[in-house]
Amino acid sequence: MALDDRKSEFTFVGTRPNRPDGLDKVTGRAKFGADMSAPGMLHGAILRSPHAHARIVKIDTSKAEAHKEVKAVVTRADFADVPFKPGLEGEFWNVLENVMAGEKALYDGHAVAAVAATSALAARDALKLIEVEYEVLPHVTDVDKAMAPDAPVIREGAADYSVPEGMHPNVVRYHESGHGDVEAGFAEADLVIEDSFVTEATHQGYIEPHACLGMLGNDGKGELWCTTQGHWIAQKTCAALLGIETSQLRVTASEIGGGFGGKTTVFIEPVALALSRKANRPVKLVMTRSEVFRATGPTSSASMDIKIGMKKDGTISAAQGVFRLQGGAFPGAPGDMTAMCAFAPYNLTNVKQVGYDVMANRPKQAAYRAPGAPMGAFAVESVIDELCKKLGLDPVDVRLKNAAHEGTKASYGPRYERIGLVETLEAAKAHPHYSAPLKPGQGRGISCGFWFNHGGETSVSLALSEDGSAQLMVGTPDIGGSRASMALMAAEVLGIPYENIRVTIADTATLGYNDVSHGSRVTYASGLATIKAAKHAVEKLCERAAASWGIPTDAVKWENGCAVPSGPNAGDFDPRPLADITAHMGSTGGPISGHFEATPEGAGVSFGTHIVDAEVDPETGKTSITRYTVIQDAGKAIHPTYVEGQYQGGAAQGIGWALNEEYIYGEDGRLQNSIFLDYRIPVASDLPMIDTVIVEVPNPGHPFGVRGVGETGIVPPLAAIANAVSHAAGVRMRQLPMSPPRILAALKENG
Amino acid sequence: MDYHSPASFAEASALAANATGITRFLAGGTDVLVQLRSELVTPDTLIDLKKIDGVSDINSNADGSWTLGVAATGAEMSEHAELGRDWPGVVEAMDLIGSTQVQGRATLTGNLCNGSPAADSVPAMVAAGVSVTVTGPEGDREVAVEDIPTGPGKTSLAKGELISAVHIPARGENGGDAYLRFIPRTEMDIAVVGVGVNLRLDGDTVTEARVSLGAVAPTVLLVEDCAKAIIGSTLDDAALDALAAAASAACNPIDDKRGTIAFRTEVAGVLAKRAAKIAYARAKGEQA
Repeated sequence: MALDDRKSEFTFVGTRPNRPDGLDKVTGRAKFGADMSAPGMLHGAILRSPHAHARIVKIDTSKAEAHKEVKAVVTRADFADVPFKPGLEGEFWNVLENVMAGEKALYDGHAVAAVAATSALAARDALKLIEVEYEVLPHVTDVDKAMAPDAPVIREGAADYSVPEGMHPNVVRYHESGHGDVEAGFAEADLVIEDSFVTEATHQGYIEPHACLGMLGNDGKGELWCTTQGHWIAQKTCAALLGIETSQLRVTASEIGGGFGGKTTVFIEPVALALSRKANRPVKLVMTRSEVFRATGPTSSASMDIKIGMKKDGTISAAQGVFRLQGGAFPGAPGDMTAMCAFAPYNLTNVKQVGYDVMANRPKQAAYRAPGAPMGAFAVESVIDELCKKLGLDPVDVRLKNAAHEGTKASYGPRYERIGLVETLEAAKAHPHYSAPLKPGQGRGISCGFWFNHGGETSVSLALSEDGSAQLMVGTPDIGGSRASMALMAAEVLGIPYENIRVTIADTATLGYNDVSHGSRVTYASGLATIKAAKHAVEKLCERAAASWGIPTDAVKWENGCAVPSGPNAGDFDPRPLADITAHMGSTGGPISGHFEATPEGAGVSFGTHIVDAEVDPETGKTSITRYTVIQDAGKAIHPTYVEGQYQGGAAQGIGWALNEEYIYGEDGRLQNSIFLDYRIPVASDLPMIDTVIVEVPNPGHPFGVRGVGETGIVPPLAAIANAVSHAAGVRMRQLPMSPPRILAALKENG
Repeated sequence: MDYHSPASFAEASALAANATGITRFLAGGTDVLVQLRSELVTPDTLIDLKKIDGVSDINSNADGSWTLGVAATGAEMSEHAELGRDWPGVVEAMDLIGSTQVQGRATLTGNLCNGSPAADSVPAMVAAGVSVTVTGPEGDREVAVEDIPTGPGKTSLAKGELISAVHIPARGENGGDAYLRFIPRTEMDIAVVGVGVNLRLDGDTVTEARVSLGAVAPTVLLVEDCAKAIIGSTLDDAALDALAAAASAACNPIDDKRGTIAFRTEVAGVLAKRAAKIAYARAKGEQA
């Protein structure tokens, strides 16, 4: 492991300054997706299918077009059609089909037409003038029913090569992995438990609805302002869907009011651009909350079968899982991710996992923090908990006994480098929470969780100003305080104060391609690129100092924000601070900047362990979370407050998913709860203080040791809470959410 | 859409009587405006009552009873110490509705006229024996709260009729009321089950009782069998069990996104017991 140049002593990294965007956000100065306007702007609105599955026989837009305030109406015919290719290769086609329905409406809320008018009210009224003739088709929304032989077919030919013969056409991808011999392993076990689990789809629940302002001329040149986790993917996708050149569309990311994976694709952006092209005016589109629930990307629902064998001493002798994920009316449900993550925390001799990607008449799923992993962890960690209970073993000790470590062959294939799972478990065991007494009616749950983390394409530029301040341009929208982390890392390399660095999320015309802010990659990859861009600038600063001293560049080093001779032999010169060099840069060779671009590959996997106490009201089935502790390996916490925020956010969203959040479909296939009143995310008073412990086992793949922290935090909560609730209620809960009616019914069934 | 802001209830009634299409009265607007924005109900005529003199008043009468204007808000009720001392159940029920912002606008009358079986203030008002003045083309009449709702979103108010005042009876001696609702969260939610209990004691014995259930039938229910179960008792375990059984027996709920039939039926009994204990403690002058 080449760690010699890795920094471990820090001046700025690890401190907790205020975030640079904080003042703008608390004063209302920050501009979010819906805050942008343009002269001559029109307002768009989208007509959506009321049917879960229907053939679109005819769309008559003539009355809407005749409305005096309406300037454009678009349907699928106004988009560039990408030739249909089944499976993964046709993702642009899938996105287009999702953005505007073609031959069929595939789910309740699927867009079928859109208008642009001079006012938002007129646009809304004009939608009522569009006549759509539907031929309603049989529908299916449940994952198990969608796989059954008699299920309605969402789309023939959508399956890729991986799907075994004989499966229903709604099964579109298949994953199988593992090692060893599970049957032999089960034979060695003292106890084998086999059980089935179900989770419902949940929404990321970002507070800011999707919003954009698009302008596209007939010359194929356009501008787009939108709330997104990745404006380059928005640029690329919109260009493809509208048949224009990518570089002719400049996309600027607004401030973002939450994304959690749900803003990694496009929904309304191509529609706004298509309307704009037709009307030759800028068009603003803002979703309502109901549209967000019905027609953006919730997570998958899941149905899972788990079988685990354990010896009396707690050793897992074999583990096997089948994970069926429903991802809406398009390929993409992360059945493979669920399968690969489910047993990843453990050092297993015999393991086998199977994942299915299944289509149903629901909106196209999108990423949601560690997509696929939380549901698998729920199923697996519930069975481990039950084994511990039946064998009378401590749940943390059992996890420690089986924990993966450096060199372990992961359940999904590769061998782990240095990882921090054991350290999180040891911290859990030592934490006062783990030994605190419980009151009657309370239960305690434990779970581990794993996420891969990601690198991705990254391009960063840093420019120094004459006064010695620095502007840093990154291409990853700031969804978790990343501007603060970038500024800290740049400050660390340059040796200038945090406050002297302004971090901008650059638009698509300013930097090369940047992958989306997803995969917990931003602090890792944009951070790595920031460090290297700053080092690039430092090299130039050293060159200028060397030239001024008349010594070779390699005789100069950078120390505490100054160029200094690298040793006594280099000569005796006073240190030259950064601002001294930049003050003269115009006459010593011109502007000084640094740049770095790459696709970093050393993201470093991440593990966490959660401890939860829950109390169940035996008369009503209502659960209160009374105590919660998140312990997670961050590699190195650049800005600990925002690391803790990620941990707490994962736990809070996990509490919602575990207890009350769910997509509820009626018999008619329509979403029943498309408002926050009935889609029950936790309110502040539902949550206890969520304690955090940051474990730091440096990632060998990052100069400062960073591992991504954004996603792992939502992997353990479902299982940890289910284990706590099951202990408190005295009955194993196998279905999420564990809403009061479900718990009360389980209590009654249990007598 | 026609918007009116009449200066009297008689004028409001005349406007409504002569209007065509959908008419809505606007007080706090926490239902009307939300329904308008979400395109559930787009009124042809909107009659704003807030310009009528005295509509935000909370008045105590010489006989100990209370008269509330139709635009008196939840926040104003919660800040009214005497009203809260007399009728904590009614005030707390109203206070459960919505957020702090909604409390600054929401009214008892609006909650009643929205016709939701899950309205929080309605079971508390029914238990308390609250009545309302209905102003119409034929003049005024006084109607018990339980006679206003006739089904989800429906009321007994005829065309041209509107509620012009709310009357809460005198508390009197040795009385107490309480309202509890079940929601899966801790606030900002809608009742899956609601129970209002109002009772009076002679010593330790319950002499009068009114028990009301919300969200378990098409309208809020006044359940006489629940009252019978505890009248004459000292609210001992047997009486409480009988109360719970009567409450569950009165339920005629639906399965929906908010709860199941079995759950609502069971929890109605649980909450009836819990609310009765609070009302009993209050009647005895204890903190509850």
